[in-house]
Amino acid sequence: MLDTIANVAIQVTVNGKAHSLQVEPRTLLVEMLREQLDLTGTHVGCDTTYCGACTVLLNGAAVKSCTVLAVQTDGAQITTVEGLEKSGQLHAVQKAFGEAYGLQCGYCTPGIVLSAVQLLAKNTRPSEKEIRKAIAGNTCRCTGYQNIFKAIQLAARNMREA
Amino acid sequence: MYPRAFHYHRAGSLEEAVTMLSQLGDEARPLAGGQSLIPLMKLRLANPLHLVDLNFIPGTSYIKGENGALHFGALTRHAEIENSDLAALIPILHDCAAGIADVQVRNRGTIGGSVAEADPSGDWAVVLMTLPTEVRCIGKDGERTLPLANFVKDAYTTVLAQNELVKEIRVKVPPQESGGAYLAFKRAAPVYATGSAAVQLTMDGEVCQDVAITLGCVGLTAIKAKDAEAALRGQAITEKTLATAMEAARAAADPQSDMRGSAEYKRALVAALLKRAIHIAARRARGEQVEVSPIYA
Repeated sequence: MLDTIANVAIQVTVNGKAHSLQVEPRTLLVEMLREQLDLTGTHVGCDTTYCGACTVLLNGAAVKSCTVLAVQTDGAQITTVEGLEKSGQLHAVQKAFGEAYGLQCGYCTPGIVLSAVQLLAKNTRPSEKEIRKAIAGNTCRCTGYQNIFKAIQLAARNMREA
Repeated sequence: MYPRAFHYHRAGSLEEAVTMLSQLGDEARPLAGGQSLIPLMKLRLANPLHLVDLNFIPGTSYIKGENGALHFGALTRHAEIENSDLAALIPILHDCAAGIADVQVRNRGTIGGSVAEADPSGDWAVVLMTLPTEVRCIGKDGERTLPLANFVKDAYTTVLAQNELVKEIRVKVPPQESGGAYLAFKRAAPVYATGSAAVQLTMDGEVCQDVAITLGCVGLTAIKAKDAEAALRGQAITEKTLATAMEAARAAADPQSDMRGSAEYKRALVAALLKRAIHIAARRARGEQVEVSPIYA
């Protein structure tokens, strides 16, 4: 039975670059990114829609890429953590995570950074409550979150002043 | 984790999806937002041989106000409802949409998918049961529209045939002097609630003219707490009538002990959530703006 499953041809734009790919229907978006495109900045944490380590932006909206099928992204724009850097300059959110010590082991960081990017695209002056709500779907087992809030607030400030 | 291998079919219209499901038979399932189905498939608790993807069908995601009701396209994402000024006309809908799981899940998950899945711990059915809600379905023989209460039959079971889909959810806008609130108690954002209570009250001065109460996560389906409603209907909301309503809610709940808590704990929990939700609903009925979010452990 397995050999009769047809691959599906899809066109996706990942970090601004267009790709034509053949994917098996059961391939998850995170697997397509990591294994077919070698974009290993997107991490697999729990693999059960809980931890948010696999968060990427799908047409600008944060999604858990372990819970989206690759075939569903046909025609879509995807942004992973690798796509945030522009002309050798880290994104303001990435810089702020470094400056405010918003990470320890770093495993959850790409996902949290992308959740923060989605938040700050819509809300340039988020309250701490709004930040908590925005990253409620991202689990960090190191930091206790305080420095993550500080990093996102710093990024918001820097982005407003830029 | 990989789901079992399956064939992927992309429907261009709801009619085509119905035809595909009819032709593919019992091993075919429709895919809406996928925030429950994909995890179930990864855990091999669901193993469809064919998936019919509804996400590329145009015109299935919308919120419209018509004839005193709000109409939600089946594939309207929770986040679209959370951020909709129109949906905010019914505050309890905003409570629900903004409290489901987390940002990422709300960006994908759909109202139609939630209602059609009929998970005993799902949020939408609990809230929508407190309002006059109709489910518009499309199948091989055309469309039918039925009240939500007649749509859900059991845990994970609705009246939908295998080749039938939810097309639209229609919710009547409650009167001005009505207020509602939905409170869910959760251990963390991404998980299902441990218990929840939804209340829609219509006040006449200090007297509760009408009330609808539904309890979530404490039975095979959302539970309509009729005795709790009767304890408040035609009465002022006092400590005494509240205590009677809470006792009735405790009795109406039929929870199972599990990792989220014992049955007795959940009965106490939903009674307490009900009390808080009644207070918020009454304030909203008086025209107050009250912000609601899930209560985290």
